[in-house]
Amino acid sequence: MARNQPPANQAPVVQRIRLRYAKRGPLRFTSHRDFARTFERAVQRAGVPIAYSQGFTPHPKVSYASAAPTGVASEAEYLEIGLRARVDPAEVGRRLDAALSPGLDVLDAVEAGPGSLADRIDASRWRIELPGVVPDELRHAVVAFEAAAEVPVQRLTKQGWRTFDARGPVVLIRVEEPPSEVSDVPCAILDLVIRQVTPSVRPDDVLSGLRVVVGLEPPVPPRATRLAQGTLTPQGEITDPLLADRTGAVTGVPPG
Amino acid sequence: MQSVWPRLEPLLPLVSKPIQYVGGELGAVVKDWDSASVRWALMYPDAYEVGLPNQGVQILYEVLNERPGVLAERTYAVWPDLERLMREHGVPQFTVEAHRPVGAFDLFGVSFATELGYTNLLTALDLAGIPLSAADRDDRHPIVIAGGHAAFNPEPIAGFVDAAVLGDGEEAVLEITGIVAAWKAAGCPGGRDEVLLRLARTESVYVPRFYDVEYLPDGRIQRVVPNRADVPFRVRKRTTMDLDAWPYPKKPLVPLAETVHERYAVEIFRGCTRGCRFCQAGMITRPVRERSITTVGEMVRDGLKFSGFTEVGLLSLSSADHSEIGDICSGLAERYEGTNVSLSLPSTRVDAFNITLAEELSRNGRRTGLTFAPEGGSERIRRVINKMVSEEDLIRTVVTAYTNGWRQVKLYFMCGLPTETDDDVVQIARLAHEVIRAGRAATGTRDIRCTVSIGGFVPKPHTPFQWAAQASPETVDRRLGLLKQAINADRSLGRAIGYRYHDGEPSLVEGLLSRGDRRVGAVIRRVWELGGRFDGWSEHFSFARWTQACADVGVDLDWYTTRERGQAEVLPWDHLDSGLDKDWLWQDWQDSLSEYEQDDCRWTPCFDCGVCPGMDTEIQIGPTGRKLLPLTPVGH
Repeated sequence: MARNQPPANQAPVVQRIRLRYAKRGPLRFTSHRDFARTFERAVQRAGVPIAYSQGFTPHPKVSYASAAPTGVASEAEYLEIGLRARVDPAEVGRRLDAALSPGLDVLDAVEAGPGSLADRIDASRWRIELPGVVPDELRHAVVAFEAAAEVPVQRLTKQGWRTFDARGPVVLIRVEEPPSEVSDVPCAILDLVIRQVTPSVRPDDVLSGLRVVVGLEPPVPPRATRLAQGTLTPQGEITDPLLADRTGAVTGVPPG
Repeated sequence: MQSVWPRLEPLLPLVSKPIQYVGGELGAVVKDWDSASVRWALMYPDAYEVGLPNQGVQILYEVLNERPGVLAERTYAVWPDLERLMREHGVPQFTVEAHRPVGAFDLFGVSFATELGYTNLLTALDLAGIPLSAADRDDRHPIVIAGGHAAFNPEPIAGFVDAAVLGDGEEAVLEITGIVAAWKAAGCPGGRDEVLLRLARTESVYVPRFYDVEYLPDGRIQRVVPNRADVPFRVRKRTTMDLDAWPYPKKPLVPLAETVHERYAVEIFRGCTRGCRFCQAGMITRPVRERSITTVGEMVRDGLKFSGFTEVGLLSLSSADHSEIGDICSGLAERYEGTNVSLSLPSTRVDAFNITLAEELSRNGRRTGLTFAPEGGSERIRRVINKMVSEEDLIRTVVTAYTNGWRQVKLYFMCGLPTETDDDVVQIARLAHEVIRAGRAATGTRDIRCTVSIGGFVPKPHTPFQWAAQASPETVDRRLGLLKQAINADRSLGRAIGYRYHDGEPSLVEGLLSRGDRRVGAVIRRVWELGGRFDGWSEHFSFARWTQACADVGVDLDWYTTRERGQAEVLPWDHLDSGLDKDWLWQDWQDSLSEYEQDDCRWTPCFDCGVCPGMDTEIQIGPTGRKLLPLTPVGH
C-alpha cells in the first residue's frame, strides 16, 4: 500500500489577515507556545477557514511577530493567518475574540497588504510599574543609565548565561509622573522605547541594567506591559504596523 | 471568600511555568461563593500538566457544577519552587479558578490514580492549613475524601483522610453533597463526627475512624471491626450504570498551559472482563458497561465543537472490545475525513482487528503509533497472567502492521510477574528478534523498528495476585539487564529494537503503598517530612528516602512487598467490597499457578467472580445495531 506519502493536498491560501491582540492581567503568564496552542483551538471553535501547510502533519497557517516574554502583559502583539476562503476581517476578529479567554483579546483585524509584518516592526514601547519603588529613586537610576555608554547585563538563556549591552537599543527611558491619587505603597512607572536587536533587549534586561548602574532592587517583581510595536519614526514615535494594510485597503490596492 | 491572587501574583514571575497556577481554562466555572450551599475543592495530586487532563476530576467537576447551589473548584500539586515561596509568604493551597484557599471549602476530594501521589496529598493539606492527621481536624476544616483506583485500599492514608469512596464517582459525589447540604442546613448538628457518621451509613463511604484494626503477634491483621453501631462491616464500591445517562465531559477543560494529553477524550466503555490477572483496573471496574455508538458520536461532535481540540481519544481499558467499535471507527473516520481532526484508539489488543481499526482511523493520513501489550515474553507466563495471545498471533499481528505501512510498533511487557524465571524475560528478546526478522522478510525493507517497553510488576489489591510476592528490585533489575544483553546479542536485529525500562526500586515503593495497611501511614508521613514530593517523577523520587523512612518508623519494607500471603490472612482491604468474591480471587490465583486460563464472561457463561450479583449490576453491551449517520460534514 502506498502509505508512506503525504495525504491529499491542502487547500491554498486565498487571503491573509493580520491581527493585533492583547495579553492582559493573569493571562500575561501565558507563554508564546501556550498562546499558539490556545489560538489554534480558538480558530477551530470560531470556525475560521484556516489554511494548513502541506505534508504529513499539516499545521495551521499562523505566523507571529516577536512575542512579549512570559509574564509581560501586552497591548500590541501581532500575528498573521492564512485562510482557505475569503472572509470579512472584522468578522474574523470578532469571532476569534469571542473564542479566546478574556484576557487574550483581539483588538484589530485587517486584510494583509503587500510586504511583511516583520519588516514594519523595529521597536516597542513598554511601561513598567515598580511597586515599592519611590519615583525619585527610579529617576536617579535612569539618569545614571542614560549617562552610561554601555550597560553590560547578563541573562540566562537556553545556551547558558549571556552578557550583552542593555543600553544601546534603548531609545527612550523616562520616569512617568505618578498618578495623582495618593496610595500607601509608592509605585514608580518607567516609560521605555527599545529598538529590536539581536540578542533582543527586553524590559527585564533594562531593569537588570538599573541594578548594574545604581543597584536598584525592586522589592517585588515589577509589572511590564508592551504598549506598542511598530516602525520607529525619527521623532521617536512608533507607527502602527497595520496602518499600511488599512490604507492599502481603503485605496483599493489589491492584496498580496 | 477572599481570593489569594493578590498575594500569589507577585510570586508567579519567580517560578517555572506560572500559567499552570492562573486558571482561565475554557470550560472552567467560577461560581458565587456566598450563594453556594456546598463547596468542593477537587484535587488531582500531581502537577497541573498531568492532573488537568484527568477524566475523573473533569467529570466530577462538571457534574457538581451543573447543580445549582453546588460549587466545585480544582487544585493541583504545586512544584517545589512555588511551595517554597508560598511557605515564605504565607500563601495557602489555592484553587486555580478563583484562587480561593482550599481550607475554606466544605469538602476536599482527592483523586488517586496512583499511590505515588500520597506525599503530594500531605503537601496540599499542610499548605492548606488542614491538620495532616484526620484526628486533629475540627468543624472548621474541610472533609477530606479520597477517590480513584488507589482508594480501593486507602489504609495507608487512613490517618490522613476523613473518608474514601470506592468506584465510580458520578452519583457518589451527588449523594455526599446532599448529605453535607442537609447537615449544614440543620446547623451542623453533632459536628464533624455526625456528618461522617451520616456518610458512613450510606454503606458506600468508608470512614476509617469508625473501624479499628487489630493485629496478630506476628504482625498480620487479626481483624478489622467497626467501633460504633450502625456503620457497615463492609463498605461497597459504587457503580454507575447506563453511561449514556452520564455523557461527561460535555465541556472538557481546555488549558492554556501545555499538558500531557491535548485531546478530547471520550470513554467508550467502562470495566473490562478480559481477566488479566495483574490488572487492578480490570478487576475493580466490573462489569463492562458500554456507551452506545450514538452517544459516543454525539459526545465527539459536541466535545470538538466546544473545545477546538483536533484530536480525539476513544478511551477504555481495551477499546477494540466495544461491541460496535468497527462502526464507531468507520463512522467517525467518515465524518472527519478531509479535516485535520485525528482519531486515536489506545491499541493494546494483540490482533489484526486492531490494525484494521487503526487503518480506518488514519484515513486523514495522520497515523498514531501502534502499541501492543503482550505483557509477558513466553507463552507460559502469558497463561499465568491470563493474557491469551499465542506467539504466532503476536508475530503475525506485528508483521501485518509493518506490511500496512507502520514502520514502528511498541510492545509492552512486565517484569517480576508471579512464577517468572529469567528465561521468561529473556524470551522477550527472542520475540522481538522474530518480529523484526519476519517484518523485514515481509516488507523487503530494513526500515522497520520496534520498541520494547518494560516495567516492574506491582501486585495490587482486589486482584488474583493480591497474595503474590513482589519481585525484589535486584531480581527485576537483573532480569532487565539480561534482557538488554539478549536484545543486543544479535547486532543486526538489536539495532532495530528500542529498549525502554523502569528500574525496580520505585515499583517496590508502589508495592508498599498498594498493599500496605494503616501502619504504612507513618512511612508516608516520614518521607514527606524528609522532603518527599512528586514520587511519581523519577527526578524527584528517592528510594533512599523511603528506606530511611521505613527504618525510622520501624516498618519492614520486604514484609509488605516480597512476602507471599496465605489464603487465611486477613488483607488490609478485606472490609472494602469491590464485589469480587475472595474465594473466586483465590481460585483464580490457584488457576494462575497451574497456568489455567480464564475466558471473558462477555462471550462465555458467567464464571461467578461475584460482582454482578453482589453489586446488583449487569453487563451492559451492544450491539445496538445503530450507525453513526454521516451528519453534516465538518470542515471544507
